[in-house]
Order: sequence, then structure tokens, then C-alpha cells
Amino acid sequence: MALSYDEVISKYEPVLGLEVHVELNTQSKMFCGCSTIFGGEPNTQTCPVCLALPGALPTVNEKAIESTIKIGLALNCSIAPFSRFARKNYFYPDMPKNFQISQYDEPICTNGYVDVEIEGDEGPKSFRIDIERVHMEEDTGKSLHVGGATGRIHGAEYSLLDYNRAGIPLVEIVTKIVPGTGKYAPEVAKAYVAELRDILRSLGVSDVKMEQGSLRCDANVSLRLIGAETLGTRSETKNVNSLRSVERAIRGEMVRHAELLNKGERVVQETRHFQEESGLTRSGRSKEQAEDYRYFPEPDLVPVAPDSVWIETLRQSLPERPSIHRKRLQEAWSVPDKEMAAMINADVLNLVEATVNEGADPTKARSWWLGEISRIANDKDMAIFDLAITATDVAEIVALVNAGELTDKLARQVIEGVIAGEGKPAEVISARGIKVVNDDGALMAAIEKVCAEQPETAQKIRNGHLPAAGALIGAVMKATNGQADAARVRELLLGHLLQR
Amino acid sequence: MIHLTASQMASKLIAGETTSVELTQAHLHRIAEVDSNVHAFLFVDSKGALEQAAAVDAKRSAGEKLAPLAGVPLALKDVMVQKGIPTTAGSKILEGWRPPYDSTVVTNLKNNGIVILGKTNMDEFAMGSSTENSAFGPTHNPWDLTRIPGGSGGGSSAALAAFEAPLAIGTDTGGSIRQPAAVTGTVGVKPTYGGVSRFGLIAFSSSLDQAGPCARTVLDAALLHEAIAGHDPKDSTSINAPVPQVVAAAKTGDVKGMKIGVVKELNGEGYQSGVRLRFEESLELLADAGAEIVEVSAPNFEYALAAYYLIAPSECSSNLARFDAMRYGLRVGDVDGASAESVMNLTREVGFGREVKRRIILGTYALSSGYYDAYYGSAQKVRTLITQDFNKAFEKCDVMVSPTCPTTAFKIGEKSNDPIAMYLNDIATIPVNMAGIGGMSLPAGLAPEDGLPVGFQIMAPAMQDQRMYLVGAVLEAALLTRWGAPLLSQAPELVGK
Repeated sequence: MALSYDEVISKYEPVLGLEVHVELNTQSKMFCGCSTIFGGEPNTQTCPVCLALPGALPTVNEKAIESTIKIGLALNCSIAPFSRFARKNYFYPDMPKNFQISQYDEPICTNGYVDVEIEGDEGPKSFRIDIERVHMEEDTGKSLHVGGATGRIHGAEYSLLDYNRAGIPLVEIVTKIVPGTGKYAPEVAKAYVAELRDILRSLGVSDVKMEQGSLRCDANVSLRLIGAETLGTRSETKNVNSLRSVERAIRGEMVRHAELLNKGERVVQETRHFQEESGLTRSGRSKEQAEDYRYFPEPDLVPVAPDSVWIETLRQSLPERPSIHRKRLQEAWSVPDKEMAAMINADVLNLVEATVNEGADPTKARSWWLGEISRIANDKDMAIFDLAITATDVAEIVALVNAGELTDKLARQVIEGVIAGEGKPAEVISARGIKVVNDDGALMAAIEKVCAEQPETAQKIRNGHLPAAGALIGAVMKATNGQADAARVRELLLGHLLQR
Repeated sequence: MIHLTASQMASKLIAGETTSVELTQAHLHRIAEVDSNVHAFLFVDSKGALEQAAAVDAKRSAGEKLAPLAGVPLALKDVMVQKGIPTTAGSKILEGWRPPYDSTVVTNLKNNGIVILGKTNMDEFAMGSSTENSAFGPTHNPWDLTRIPGGSGGGSSAALAAFEAPLAIGTDTGGSIRQPAAVTGTVGVKPTYGGVSRFGLIAFSSSLDQAGPCARTVLDAALLHEAIAGHDPKDSTSINAPVPQVVAAAKTGDVKGMKIGVVKELNGEGYQSGVRLRFEESLELLADAGAEIVEVSAPNFEYALAAYYLIAPSECSSNLARFDAMRYGLRVGDVDGASAESVMNLTREVGFGREVKRRIILGTYALSSGYYDAYYGSAQKVRTLITQDFNKAFEKCDVMVSPTCPTTAFKIGEKSNDPIAMYLNDIATIPVNMAGIGGMSLPAGLAPEDGLPVGFQIMAPAMQDQRMYLVGAVLEAALLTRWGAPLLSQAPELVGK
């Protein structure tokens, strides 16, 4: 029988470790001049360097170094005056050199921290996540394994390789082990990744789109008996593609580990793959025999020795920390804690802010993003950021509603149209022929028609049974394709039936 | 005409006494005549060379200002990538590959109007001291066709000695320019590491590899050196500083007041008597020319060879990982149902030769977790000690000298089954690579016991490459006076096919 989460945490303490890979948004790749634009035709963004042709040599993208230092500074890290690239050697078809240029024992940033806040049982609760290191490396190409049952290289009929992604700058942010989160472990992990994402976004160094893979999280979890000193065996869950998945994956792994431990079995040290549908993980590569990557300093690149004056300049130019920024917004908008938490939780704070910056009222902006648009995102199982609707669109819709040119109901249709890719709000309105019917004559005609069709209901209203009006108003709205202002319909209907 | 020096050829071109097409034709003819015996070339680009030559001639007729060596032909070591021209690095695994880009050295050559005749033979991936490790058969020493022309750049040195080209490009990881120069009676220079771009040089050992000029005279080497050297943003390890004034130094040739340090550890036991004799004679000539000869010691040089055979294989094990049949070159075992892994394995099994495999295995082992500190780590420490030895010695002298190799050219096949004996050939050249400084080899005469060329090595501090040329030019002139004619005039006449 499956253990409940409460049973797990009554006996075990989870210990977390999170590795986050971030694709930087530099124009060119880490070690060559090729474009990094997402979604190009396969193998069109390649050159002798990123294809590892004989004789080609890497050179470092200065912008990537700058972005990494900014990240390090924002995460309160020390920036190494001297750091080195190293080769991580292993064979895989999507890695052109059959080694990855990474950093090993001399990373560029070390020893930082991030403070995160979650909603605890007794109000907000804050946790400090220590950062072990931040280092630079290059992404691999992409393999598409065709045929076979698993979609993996083994058993595939053939594989297609796309090297457009090979050499895109990646930054890896590794936490120290995170004990002491207890039952909040899944929420803390989620809050950490969200905070990291907000920080990275505020720095402007990455698109931070988890669904597109520009921010990827590997979640390490182990359990130990409460009070125990030694760490349990960990599993590393990959393929965690959304904030919600971070939370689900950790919760799922905690339960899976506890069940094994309760049965007296042992947890295998391995890589596991998170599966969105089930929320469970499946076994990947075993890490029991640590792979020997034969790291050694990359001889083709000189060490990175950033100038201390430059580092200070970057430090001074850091943007406001997202947590402080949030407090400032909350005051400006006079939003209660609970509403603020709801926005953060639904990941709409930045969108609401952008909408307000476009002139919308904070309350209206919040209610659209948190309500209708969040609902659509959930239905589509997409991140709200990836919906085809922008803050500008929402601000425009809010303005139209304020001007009486849209009703709330019509606004919802416009939002749906924009998200469906039908264009900007004005285009959706014109293409769908959406407009508020405020021509009383047209409304009266519809009302008279409805009353004639439903004489019994009309009579009830005439007799003073007002709740019956709802049915007729609904019929009028339907007859006008929802374009009427329901309040005006009611007014006209009652006038029509009661004044005679 | 082919027996002239490159600078003489350049003068004739400028004077209008010949054309680049004529000069190129003459060399192509010579190659056609003797290369079946020498096997210096893996690929002769007759058409391309004649086109380049015609282009230079046209520019000259149009009155354009040309670089000093414009129109002079050159042989390119096959480790250097040239767009559209088969480039194999002496390996089966790259057979048939035509690079889609030019190495920086090739770009520089083309910008200088230097005509590229073709690609020269070499030990596979530059691993060897005899060119016997070429997947396409050995090159023969023009002094004695039963002997090796040195390696890895034996094709380039043999081409020079056989008058198939007046200039050549070599690369030197542990002596691959200097040792072939020594055993063929030619001049070869390994510039300071970072002096010449490595972009487009198929890597053997990245931290040691360095391309450089090969020629028949010190001045010719200097002219080629200046043509190919200089900062390259495509090579992170390229030095961003002005190129040392090596042509001026080769023309001046002055050692008055210079201190020349004889390396105590690179002489004596293990060195052939004729090698020592010619080395001592050269020292006397330099002393006569006004240099002060001093003895310097480099106690850590004795560990250089061992450390080299950890660092170079380690780097090569990683550099050669890209040859996996996925994107270019040989592909073996690509049959229905074969996995990528098996194709990679079979291709590497078939495509790499024995010496390359030996070094990949050695390097993979040396980098393995648990062995890294003992092997690669210690070797890097030795490297630092060798650099310190050089630094200390250069406090006492301006250049250091030694025989280039312990012996003259050995017989083809003589050492093929004894890797250690083969490796020992580079004992005097390796320290220079380990420290990243410059080294030159020039002919010091023939060993009386076998009548084969002996090389004299000059080593200079980093980015002081001009000092080698100052000393080299003086010694070359003094020896020429003594011999009455260039050493190569004593080489046997090569017969055509």
C-alpha cells in the first residue's frame, strides 16, 4: 500500500540538492560565433568549431563570462580571480568533440546563497539555500532517436543529430546539500527554482523558459531517519520541466524512497526521469559505478581572469533583488499577503506588473491573469508565460472594458482568441465581430421575440416573480451572441414586462 | 632553378627573370620525377598551385605590391587544414576528407602569395620520429633512401632536401620540425608557443603543438616565419604581441658579446661521436665569431621525456575523441542494425594505427580518476620545473644550444618495434616544447662515421625568437665558408623513376 506523505515525513528527513542548468541568451555560442536562436532548421547554426572539425579551436564568448559573473554576484557568490575550463570526456553522438568543455575544480563562482520564502502552516517561512558553485559549460547537440520502443538510443532504428544547440552557453548552478526543510522540502525546492528564475530574469541573462529547456532542474533527494547524522542514498531526477514538476518530483521521490526504506530495501544511486503524466519517475542510468570523465584543464583555452574593477562595475549594475522588488510592488498596489502569495504561486507577478506598467489598474490586471488566463494555462497544461498573450494585450483589454466597449464576458472571448493565435485584441474583436450591443432597438427586438417564445416565463415575471428573469436574460444574451450588456438587458426586459 | 634558396627565387621573381608559374612548374616537374622514390607528398595540387602562381604573376604584372615570398612554392604538412584539399594528418581515419575551411597558417600563406604545392607525409597525427607511422607508407631520406627523414614532419624535410620545394610548413610537438631538419640537413624552427596560430592545425597535443617554418637556409626560414606568425583571435593561446623581428636578425647575424649556453645534460653519453664532433666544431665557430660559450645546467631535463609521454598522450586521447565516424572521415561497420557505438568502435579500430592507439590508451589511463595526480598531475609539475631550469639558465646566457638529436638518421624499420628507442630520439628537443619557448635546428655538417647530416639546436627564451636567427645566421655563414658550398650539395643525386 502506498505510503501517505504525512507518514513519510513523520519518520524521515529529506535532504535536497539542486542542480540548475541555464541556457544563457547570448547572441552567439559559448566558443564560436554561431547563432543561438531557438528553432532554426537542423544543422544550420553550425561551423567548424561547434561541429568539432579537425583543427578547429574554441574561443571564449566574453558576454557569457559577463553573464555568469552577474549570476554569481546576484547569488552572493565569490568570483574567482582565476578560473579554468576543463574537458569532461565521454563519447556520445550528439557531442561533437566527444568531450564537453566545462569547469571542474576551478569554477568561476563559489559559495553563495539564496533566501526563499514559502507559505508555512503558521505564515511565511524563510529558508536559506547555500550555493556551492556556479560554472560555465557548453550544451550538447540534440539527438532524435527514431524507431524503437523507448525513444532512447538503445533499440532505435536510427538517430538524427542536430548540432544547432551544440555549444550554446550553459551555466550550472549547484546548491550545497539542503537539510532542515522537513515537510516543506517540495515547496522549498519549487520556491528556490522560482526565485532563481526570477533572479535570472531580472538579470536579463536567460529566457528562463523551463518548457523550452532554457532552464532545467535536476533534483537530488535522499532520506534519512529523523535525527540521523549520515546522509541516505540519493537519486537524481532529470527532465523536470516546470515549477510544479519540481514540487511533484520531489514529493514523489520522497514517497518512493520511504517505501523502499520501510521495506528494508535500499535506494539505488541513479539518474531518474520525471514523467509529467504520472508524476512518477522511471529509472535511468545507474550511477553506482561513477563514470570516469577524465577531467583535465582545457589546453585550448587560457584561464579566465576577470579584472576586479570590472567585477565591481557589474556588482554596482545589478538590478533590484526580486524579493525586495516584490515587497515594493505589494506596497504600491496595497495587495494583501494572501493575494500576493497567490500571484507568486501562479507565477503571474511579472505579468501583472508588466500589465500595470502598460496602464492597467492593478486589481483588474491581477484578476485577469490570476483568473481567466491562469485557467486557460492550466487547461492547456502550459506555462502562463508561454501563452500567446502579452501584458500589453491584457492592458488593452482592461482599457476596453473600462471604456464600456467590452463586457467581461466579451473580454473573455477576446482573451481566448488572442491565446488561440488569432492575433492582437483588436484583430480578434474585428475578426470575430465582437462588440457590445448597446442599440436598445436591437435589444428590444430580441426581448420581444424571447417573451413571445416563452410566454409562461414572461407571465411569471409579470406576476412579480423576478428570479424568473434570469432565464429570459440568458436567452437574449444567447440570441445576441453574448454581445449584449446583461445589465442593460435586464433593465429593458423588466421595463418591457412590468410597465405594461 | 629548384636548387636556389627561397629568397633567391623571390629576387628572381621581383627582377622579372622568372615567373611563379615557371617556378611552380619546375617544382611540380621535380616532384613528378623523384617523389616516387622519396614519397614526401601525400597529395600534389598541381592545378591549384599553378592557379595560385598565375594569380601572383598577374598581380605582379599589374604592378601590385607583393609580400617578400610572393610566388615562391611551398610544401604543406598534411596536419594543416586547407580548404577543399584532402587533409589526412597521415591517418586512414581522415582519408578522403576535404576540409571546408582554411587554417590560419594557410590563410596567411595565401595572403602572402605563397604557392602551396601539396600536402606532405607525416607520422599519423604527428605521432612519431620517423614518418614510418604514416598510414600511407614511409617517406625516404634523400641522403639515403633506406633511412628515415625524421618525424613527424619527414615529408616536409625530405621535400626540402630533395629540392621538391624550397619552403615547407612543419609542426613541432616534441621535435617534429627540428629532428627532421637535423637528419635531412635542412633548417627548421619551432617558434615560441603561441607565436603562430594553431587554428586549423589538427591537434595532437594542444599545449605543445606549434607550427613553424622549414627551409634550406636560416634567412628563408625567417622570411616564412614572419609570413605565418602573428596574433590570431581564433586561437585563444595565440600571443597578442608583435612578431619578433626574425628576418632582420637573420640578415644581421651577429653574436658578438652574446653568451651561448651549452646544456650540460644534452651532450655526452648516448650521443653519437660524429654528432658531438660537429657540435663542438660549431661552438668553436661561434666563439671565433665573438660569442662567449658558457656551460649551463638543466637538471630536470632528464624527466622531460617521461613527463612528455604523459602530457602528450593525455591530451591526444581527448583531442582524437572527435574521430568517431559521425560527421566526417572514415565510417566502418555502418550496416543495418549496427549501433552508433559499434560504428564508433569499429571505425576507430580500423582507422587508427598502432602508435596512435598506443598513445590514446596511455593517455586515457594517465587521466583516469585515481591516476590523474600520479601521472598527469606530476607531469605538469615536471613541466614547471623544466621551465624554471630554462629561466635560471637564461639568466646566464642569451641562447642555449645542444645537438638537435643524439644520432643521425637511422634505417627505416630499425626502431619500429622499440617505441622507447624511438622516443629517445626526441630527448633534446622535447624540453623546448615543455617550456613553450623557441627552438631552431640547422645543419652542422656530416658525421664522419656515416656521412649523414647532424643538426645543431639553438633555444631562445619565449618571444625572443630573433636570437635564434642571430646565432643561426652566423653559424650558417661560418660553416658555408668552411664547406665552400651548402651541405645539401653533398647529398647524392636522386634518380628519377
